[in-house]
Amino acid sequence: MNEIALLIAATLNAGTVLAIAALGLLLNERAGVVNLGAEGMMLVAAVVGYAAAVHTGSDIVAFGAGALAGALLASVFGLLVIWLNTNQYATGLALSLFGVGFSAFIGQPYTRERLSERAQFDIPVLSDIPFFGPALFKQHPMVWVAIALTVLLTWWLQRSRSGLVLRAIGESPESAHALGYPVRLIRLAAVVAGGALCGVAGAYLSTVYTPLWVEGMVAGRGWIALALTTFATWRPVRVLLGAYLFGGVTMLQFHLQGQGVEVPSQFLVMLPYLATIVVLVLISSNAAWIRANMPASLGKPFAPGG
Amino acid sequence: MLRLETRPAPSRTFVLASPLIALAVTVLVGVALFVLLGKDPLMGLRMFFWEPIKSGYAWSEIGVKATPLMLIALGLALCFRANVWNIGAEGQYILGAVFAGGIAMHATPDSPRAIVVAILLAGIVGGMLWAAVTALLRDRFNANEILVSLMLVYVAEMVLSYLVYGPWKDPAGYNFPQTVTFAKPTQVPKLFDGLRVNLGLVIALLAVVGMSVFLFRLFRGFQALVGGQAGAAARYAGFSSRTALWTALLASGGLAGLAGALEAAGPLGQLTPYVPVGYGFAAIIVAFVGRLNPLGIVFSAVLMSMFYIGGELAQSRMQLPKSITGVFQGLLLFSLLASDTLIHYRLRWKRAAPAAKATGATA
Repeated sequence: MNEIALLIAATLNAGTVLAIAALGLLLNERAGVVNLGAEGMMLVAAVVGYAAAVHTGSDIVAFGAGALAGALLASVFGLLVIWLNTNQYATGLALSLFGVGFSAFIGQPYTRERLSERAQFDIPVLSDIPFFGPALFKQHPMVWVAIALTVLLTWWLQRSRSGLVLRAIGESPESAHALGYPVRLIRLAAVVAGGALCGVAGAYLSTVYTPLWVEGMVAGRGWIALALTTFATWRPVRVLLGAYLFGGVTMLQFHLQGQGVEVPSQFLVMLPYLATIVVLVLISSNAAWIRANMPASLGKPFAPGG
Repeated sequence: MLRLETRPAPSRTFVLASPLIALAVTVLVGVALFVLLGKDPLMGLRMFFWEPIKSGYAWSEIGVKATPLMLIALGLALCFRANVWNIGAEGQYILGAVFAGGIAMHATPDSPRAIVVAILLAGIVGGMLWAAVTALLRDRFNANEILVSLMLVYVAEMVLSYLVYGPWKDPAGYNFPQTVTFAKPTQVPKLFDGLRVNLGLVIALLAVVGMSVFLFRLFRGFQALVGGQAGAAARYAGFSSRTALWTALLASGGLAGLAGALEAAGPLGQLTPYVPVGYGFAAIIVAFVGRLNPLGIVFSAVLMSMFYIGGELAQSRMQLPKSITGVFQGLLLFSLLASDTLIHYRLRWKRAAPAAKATGATA
């Protein structure tokens, strides 16, 4: 019983990393920009956040530093694809490749550093409830932030005027431009915000989830987060649920390994990646459904006045 | 005020000049980085641009690294021209090495020399099969090839890891995760005594010729070109983008698999978890910097090999992390994409009319 509670707690924790990154990517995809640099941004943010935590001992500073790193990289990407009209796929790929090398480069001194004792965040009274306490109420606050962010983003996209403008730009930048909205600036803002969230996810991964800096530690989570936005047909709530599902797959793998299941560990490590492929196939095979939900201008450059 | 103005036609000058501009930018950033780290920038430049080419031995090492880069990048060039975003060449490379290793590990010192041919063919098959998964899922289920091919890289790494930690582990290898050292007849013939460069380089250069003919002389090359870049035009002319998808993925998978086989039966001589070293990803940069053109890829593969060797030298002689190579590779692609803007646009200094000032230089 207690073991299941811990598994649920670990699932929420693992899902939070994916959820925050995927919500950020959803934001810039809703504005029509797809950023394949997620993996690179998360890696650089992971090492920057880790370094910040080593030097200051503060998680908040680490998240801030990670967000800043992600936002900076995203703004370079944004300037290239939005103003210079470079290919979004190639530029995002460049960002990911750069991030892999750059994070390894600046992270080298930190591979030997360890973080001090991690704080506990038990919610008084609630965390004492049997089963539900350890399952739900001993989480890092970032788990709650991810849920709040999902609610906020859903409301903002559906109910607010500025959210409507963002969606309009994603569907038809030409019309939004004709109406006088600064399409490029808004797209840049969405890309930078998306990068910042990927950055927070990266910093959370290295300072809270693992907590350790290891080269390449993001291990494809940036790509899985990208896949999540498609799985979720660009809806925040589905992104969150999908993230927990993948968090669960990751945790199941550790759980099975811990149970001494007679399967070579490599096949268990494969699970999240194989699951990504399977879900991608299941969702994508309904091409019409994807097309109906996808922001119409996704991946396409926009140049006002040709 | 600096403004971008659309050119009436793409500039052929900048198609060729852009990689040079990108290299110049990367070098400038590199010099700044060396200064920032308190290292002698001239020494740094020497590590990357002189030491790797200063002798026959050095050129042989360039050849060793350029061989897989060229082979993989040729296939990727075909993919990218067909608008098929195969970014999982690393996985196809691993499977090539695995298939090749599967044969090579059974060779004995008495095996016929022709076994090399079987090993290389097995590598091609392995890479093709791995790429075929991506092609099938794209073709049949519309699954995004970027994500599928990339996820398969992680799966391939685990397949390799399973084999070398498990059933293929050398029983006499002190429990290290590695296969037996392949017997002598499996080795790809060396070109010169005492140098590591082998017949793989010749094969890669033949592939350059072959891909040039395929892309620019044969009907199918045209098909790949239009299948991706203008789907409607291709369909109108009776070509299918499905054929382009399969051709591009199978060819690039086969080439990446061949690269993996050449590596396994060449410099490595056995399988370990360290078979993948990122050639599949670096080849993406090689393909773009080489303008998706086979001949261009030869030059960019040499350049990228210099980056690799320079990074190793910078580590041993200047106490810099080897990952500096990855930083420069990423920077090179970034600056290339930025300077490619000049192919389609020209920069113009314009004095902004006072009223237009508020809108800024955002043409």
